[in-house]
Amino acid sequence: MFAPAPFLLKDASVSQVMIQVCVALIPGIAAYASLVGPAILVQLVIATLAALAAEAVMLTLRGKSLALFLTDGSAIVTAWLIALTFPPLAPWWLVVTGTVFAVVVAKHLYGGLGQNPFNPAMVAFAVCIVAFPALMSQWPSVGLQLGLIDQMNIILGWAPRVDALSGATPLDAMKTALKLGEGSFDVATLLANQDIYGNFAGRGWEWVAGGYLLGGLWLWHRQLITWHVPLAFVGSLSLISGALWLYNPAQFASPLFHLLSGGAMLGAFFIATDPVSGCTTPRGKLIFGAGCGLLAYIIRVFGGYPDGVAFAVLLMNLSAPVIDLLTQPPVFGMKDKA
Amino acid sequence: MITRDELKSIAGNGIWKQNSSLVQLLGLCPLLAVTTNMVNGVMLSLATIIVMAVANVAVASLRNFIPHEIRIPVFILIVAALVTVVDLLFNANLHELYLVLGIFIPLIVTNCIVLARVEAFANKNPPLQSTFDGIFMGLGMLWTLALLGTLREFFGSGTLLGGIDMVFPSLKPIQVLPESYPGFLLALLPPGAFILLGCMIAWKNWIEARAAARAKLKPPAPVEALGCH
Repeated sequence: MFAPAPFLLKDASVSQVMIQVCVALIPGIAAYASLVGPAILVQLVIATLAALAAEAVMLTLRGKSLALFLTDGSAIVTAWLIALTFPPLAPWWLVVTGTVFAVVVAKHLYGGLGQNPFNPAMVAFAVCIVAFPALMSQWPSVGLQLGLIDQMNIILGWAPRVDALSGATPLDAMKTALKLGEGSFDVATLLANQDIYGNFAGRGWEWVAGGYLLGGLWLWHRQLITWHVPLAFVGSLSLISGALWLYNPAQFASPLFHLLSGGAMLGAFFIATDPVSGCTTPRGKLIFGAGCGLLAYIIRVFGGYPDGVAFAVLLMNLSAPVIDLLTQPPVFGMKDKA
Repeated sequence: MITRDELKSIAGNGIWKQNSSLVQLLGLCPLLAVTTNMVNGVMLSLATIIVMAVANVAVASLRNFIPHEIRIPVFILIVAALVTVVDLLFNANLHELYLVLGIFIPLIVTNCIVLARVEAFANKNPPLQSTFDGIFMGLGMLWTLALLGTLREFFGSGTLLGGIDMVFPSLKPIQVLPESYPGFLLALLPPGAFILLGCMIAWKNWIEARAAARAKLKPPAPVEALGCH
């Protein structure tokens, strides 16, 4: 983790940071588990095992110390983010494919932790949604109550994947209804008539987003992330969605809906704040976060994919080096740029 | 006339050392677009081989008569005439395949490999050597595209020799992976071609690094090299 001068000493090792990130994810995971059942915990375990196995193989091939790098926890954070962004009832091999691709291609082929230009978890999401669009858009229907055994059977492929089992996310359902309706539906009636939308952004999803927000605020309190990226992300997403909502409330959902649905909160606090693939200068972080929020909104509202956060983060990852170059703060004691 | 050593060096350059797809990285557009299965890649390479061999002979024979200043337009005219012939041949004899390969047959005119060989080799060497250069450069492209096409087809749809019935109507594609294989769509899209091509280039560099290390009688290549996967 490098930032421009002035440098301050901070004695947090990589593994300590990663453990705290995992702890911060727990409120969101708990809300998620109460929404979709134990399936998400199964996916977390599958993703973690796949990530550790892939990491161990790549470290051995590269001749690096297993004891030093396997325990740093970075693979586990990647695995958890993948499990949390994939549909909870996705077949096991989908999560394994994504995780292995993230660790092997997005992380180690670029030189390992600290060298990866793209966020590995988002690379996994992008690869899988491009390669398996149907499976990546099947989310459990509302009110689907399945026990651990049934969910395990579906994930492991021992039970047939019934179509009725799979619905769209509230975000996706809203977009499809608005597009198909061609003006005959408006947001307010959709929200009032269908119970998948819950109070404001999707039944239960609001609490998941709230859990991520809580974890993210704790990360900021622990000074593991700065306020720039999340604030800029949330700010730009609210601004653009608010502007369009004020312009035409019948066709565009409110900022609250956009902030609390899809991957917005997870993206703002846990994904866009990745110190390796994001910007490092303070002004750069603001631009990075704002760009992520803006692109995520454009892609999720006007694009064809269920959510836009992954592609938004990858596009901003691509621009991060240039943004950093253009926003170098002046050297301490100098008036202008060095 | 051509000596054995000359032939060896021309063949080695075309197939391995100066491989158009793995080393010179020329003609990437058809490489990405047509290698969704092996048959398409091989057939496009065959068309390119014909064009390159004949264009090289023509340019090598005329090289002392072509004014230096306008050589590029003259080369392009020769190549375009040949491509027209190949295009019509495909259209007449392999019509289904012609529809699949589509614009990429006419685009052989603009393929950088053809112009590069004409300019860099045929323009400076006698006709016989130039013919072999065209053929072996094309063969280098052929095996690369065939391998890439096979890999993409295998991962993308779980079959081998897809589309073979367009060339030999009596043959059928082989289903290698079970019918329930969901298909890794990414392998069939351009990013998949880039990723697999990158892996193939890394594989070639790894082989050469190992060969170089052996030639120097050093201990076997360090583990680092294994990392390029």
